[in-house]
Amino acid sequence: MTFVAKPRARHPLLPLNELNLTRRDYEGAVSTLCAGCGHDSVSAAIVQACAELSLPPHRFAKLSGIGCSSKTPSYFLDKSHGFNSVHGRMPSVATGANLANRALYCIGVSGDGDSASIGLGQFAHIVRRRINMLYIVDNNGTYGLTKGQFSATNDRGSTSKRGVPNLYEPIDLASMALQIGASFVGRSFSGDKRQLAPLIKAGLMHPGMAFLDVISPCVAFNNHNGSTKSFQYVREHSGKLMEADYIPQSAEINADYEPGSAEDLLMPDGSTLRLRKVDANYDVHDRIGALAHVQRCQDEGEVLTGLLYVDPDAADCHDILETVETPLNALTEEDLCPGSRELARLNDSFR
Amino acid sequence: MKPTNIFDPNYFHKVVDCQWACPAHTPVPEYIRLIAQGRYTEAYMLNWDSNVFPGILGRTCDRPCEPACRRVRTEEKPVAICRLKRVAADHKGDISAYLPRVPSRKNGKRIALLGAGPASLAVARDLLPLGYEVHLFEKDPAGGGMMRSQIPAFRLPADVLEEEVDLILNMGVECHFNQEITSMKEMLAMDFDAYFVGTGAPRGRDLNLPGRQEVDQHISIGIDWLSSVAFGHTNSIAGDVIVMGGGNTAMDCCRTSKRLGANSVTVVVRSAFEVMKASDWEKEDAMSEGIPIVNNRPPKEFVHENGKLKGVIFGCVKPVKGEDGRLRYEPSGEPDVFLKADRILMAIGQENHCPWIERDVGIQFDKWDCPILDETTLQSTHPKVFFGGDSAFGPENIIWASAHAHQAAISIHLFCQGQDLKADRPPEGVNLLSTKMGIHEWSYDSEHDPAVRYLVPHADKKQALGNIKIEVELGFDRRLGAKEAQRCLNCDVQTVFTDRLCIECDACVDICPMDCISFTDNGEEDELRQRLTAPALTTEQDLYVSGPLATGRVMVKDEDVCLHCGLCAERCPTNAWDMQRSVVHLPQLGSYAG
Ligand SMILES: Cc1cc2nc3c(=O)[nH]c(=O)nc-3n(C[C@H](O)[C@H](O)[C@H](O)COP(=O)(O)OP(=O)(O)OC[C@H]3O[C@@H](n4cnc5c(N)ncnc54)[C@H](O)[C@@H]3O)c2cc1C
Ligand SMILES: Cc1ncc(C[n+]2csc(CCOP(=O)(O)OP(=O)(O)O)c2C)c(N)n1
Ligand code: SF4
Ligand code: SF4
Ligand code: SF4
Ligand SMILES: [Mg+2]
Repeated sequence: MTFVAKPRARHPLLPLNELNLTRRDYEGAVSTLCAGCGHDSVSAAIVQACAELSLPPHRFAKLSGIGCSSKTPSYFLDKSHGFNSVHGRMPSVATGANLANRALYCIGVSGDGDSASIGLGQFAHIVRRRINMLYIVDNNGTYGLTKGQFSATNDRGSTSKRGVPNLYEPIDLASMALQIGASFVGRSFSGDKRQLAPLIKAGLMHPGMAFLDVISPCVAFNNHNGSTKSFQYVREHSGKLMEADYIPQSAEINADYEPGSAEDLLMPDGSTLRLRKVDANYDVHDRIGALAHVQRCQDEGEVLTGLLYVDPDAADCHDILETVETPLNALTEEDLCPGSRELARLNDSFR
Repeated sequence: MKPTNIFDPNYFHKVVDCQWACPAHTPVPEYIRLIAQGRYTEAYMLNWDSNVFPGILGRTCDRPCEPACRRVRTEEKPVAICRLKRVAADHKGDISAYLPRVPSRKNGKRIALLGAGPASLAVARDLLPLGYEVHLFEKDPAGGGMMRSQIPAFRLPADVLEEEVDLILNMGVECHFNQEITSMKEMLAMDFDAYFVGTGAPRGRDLNLPGRQEVDQHISIGIDWLSSVAFGHTNSIAGDVIVMGGGNTAMDCCRTSKRLGANSVTVVVRSAFEVMKASDWEKEDAMSEGIPIVNNRPPKEFVHENGKLKGVIFGCVKPVKGEDGRLRYEPSGEPDVFLKADRILMAIGQENHCPWIERDVGIQFDKWDCPILDETTLQSTHPKVFFGGDSAFGPENIIWASAHAHQAAISIHLFCQGQDLKADRPPEGVNLLSTKMGIHEWSYDSEHDPAVRYLVPHADKKQALGNIKIEVELGFDRRLGAKEAQRCLNCDVQTVFTDRLCIECDACVDICPMDCISFTDNGEEDELRQRLTAPALTTEQDLYVSGPLATGRVMVKDEDVCLHCGLCAERCPTNAWDMQRSVVHLPQLGSYAG
């Protein structure tokens, strides 16, 4: 942990975004995580993505549970709203926040312990309800905060720091998300911001449940030989499916790619998501195909990264519940209590 | 790009912008740290070792270090390096224990130093501890050269000058004052083992315009007038004074005139304000004393009535930027202007001038009347004769005089020992010492201080203008000095990268407040500079490039705006980054630092 505050000084050429803010205006407190922790890189990618999107920092809600990963919302967007909840319960709080104020950008950051162990039930239900948010799991295959026990995403046969193998099958959160209703599913690596930052941008702008499984090595407890979530292992075994470019509405779109190798997706806000595919035959809209591909790669020991699946037109929870456009927290007493005559009319309709 | 060789003594030396820019390569951040620790005596000696006149320079140096200071690039205002030097000088304790011992038994070699300016004095200081017998010849009654004869007391008090001059003379210099040298032949006949010519650039330029001869009585050459003030021959000036010229001599002339009773003082410069040779702070000081500076007015004619000066007619020009970016001057179309004057001080430059060196003694001169010298050894075409200071390449300043002196002293020593002046010259070197003391503890104060440059207090203006001996700048006291010292970025504490330790976790990239660090594919420098975390557009600043890493990429660090805050090293899990103090070893004789 660093005691010294990060200087306010910045590079003289640091660009200003549309809000006249620099990337530095999207940072948070100096991280107290171990030096080199992958989670800090994920935070840096979030900072970069939000700055590049020119989103107003005070319109964010940051939600998390418990764990090193769940501490990270303190380290980005320090001018936003945040709720650090209890272990595994981030989804409940996120659901509440999003239902109460649909106008906020919701970012949930959780860990593999937080989401795949204690919080697995909560994870399943928030995905199923398609809350409009970006749900990031900093996946290090371990309980970092409690000093390195195997987590539920740890691969069978992968060893602990002292060489003891893990005996159980891993849970793959990306596969689960595909199965139960997420309309945007991706996987990335903390050590590859070039891939990660555009995925975060796209996930933030996606109207619905966007889930990102980010392999994020724990340098303290799970970065040894024998780990399948170490920097070295991931770099040696990662298979890139595609890279995403997020192109805002205002920018010019030029087409300089081989036919079939890229696909432009129009997002509801008018922006474009350009997918540069490694395998031209992969269909990012085929949920079942994606599921099969992810599973196959996993069996072959390959860490598949990129955008796995997207359905930009899927309904989110507010669509399903047919809530009003106005955020619920902005409704007045008059809106909420239409009066006894209205109540009588409603009661009559049930008779 | 090839991996950077950090053991090349120049590599990290260049990162210490101030030290690199200083002609004598004074280890600036090291002495500033000593000041921050209240160790004024040590800070003073570190300066004395490399620039010889810290008290004098702390007031008068031309400060090439300050525009080079990294703070200029990270914010705007440099660290007040020069004034901190003065803090060390003003607050030092007894230095006697630190001074080099001069052996009583001499080494048998006799050296003649011609002229007692800073150049000769510094050569004396370097040679004496090695047992040389040093003879100093000077036409004036005391040592110091132009530091005594030109720089006015309101910028450099006499006691400060004398303390540092006497320190050297008392090391055992054989002084021959009041002896004007009129013949180099005669000097050579005295058969010294080597000669150092430090007679300066003593001739002030004149302007031959209509009326010049007639008004001769009312015109003085600036440097001659200043020296007659310094030696007490002149102590007043009357009427309306025009100072012609835009350099530091002009600034000293106008400020001195103001103090000696002039009715009005005006500085008139032929060129634009921005390109005036005078340092910014000297211009500021003159203007704040109420002296107008009139620019873009080339003189045309001295107006007189029967030899009594009435004033000067000036033309009017306007500066135009040429395609090469340099200013040219065109007539502005305004009518000529007449300025009333009773006295004129001509401060339009100095020249080298050694009429006493016969042109047949083997010392060759170029067409500007400067001696032909080897730039490294400062040896002239006569093997026994060396030059330094203003006499070598034309008028410079005190810090250049010290820098030349160190090189000349090495050459003289090698020459007297029968060694080769180039092949046997001692090499430069660099030492790197880790500053790591604990996981998050460094032996330097790494935290970045965002404070802006502190202002130095000045003497009461009314009093200062009434007495030429009252020093204008009062200097920082200990408290302000300590605060200003805190602004130093410690550029000599280097970010040292060990490629085989790096796991490419990006922690350093993420924490770096200045976006200095990139991990990327290698490439040619020009192209690489464009695609770093932040584009590296200051091409004078180096890129630090590692060997290939596990992914095949390289680490590239742009040295340009690094704050030396050490956060990269704090956040690195493997110590691939370490903060190491670089100590540049520059050869110098008689160095107390060993
Ligand atoms: C008005 C003015 C202000 C200046 N202000 C500054 C300043 O603020 N900061 C700064 O860094 N520099 C300043 N300078 C420049 C600086 O003074 C010189 O660059 C520096 O003194 C040069 O040192 P030197 O040893 O080469 O020669 P000098 O200092 O010129 O010394 C030469 C000595 O040789 C003697 N000498 C010359 N000919 C003979 C002879 N034939 N026989 C015997 N003795 C002889 C002279 O009397 C003199 O003592 C200023 C110069 C002027 C003119
Ligand atoms: C209800 C509850 N049970 C157990 C704990 C102890 N605990 C704290 S963090 C943690 C695991 C965190 O793992 P993960 O979510 O993967 O985060 P990481 O630290 O690896 O980023 C556990 C079990 C707790 N804080 N609360
Ligand atoms: S214990 Fe692991 S997960 Fe937690 S901060 Fe340290 S490196 Fe990161
Ligand atoms: S010391 Fe390191 S972290 Fe600090 S500015 Fe320099 S490169 Fe960046
Ligand atoms: S923090 Fe250290 S290990 Fe990580 S990328 Fe930087 S130098 Fe390499
Ligand atoms: Mg974990």
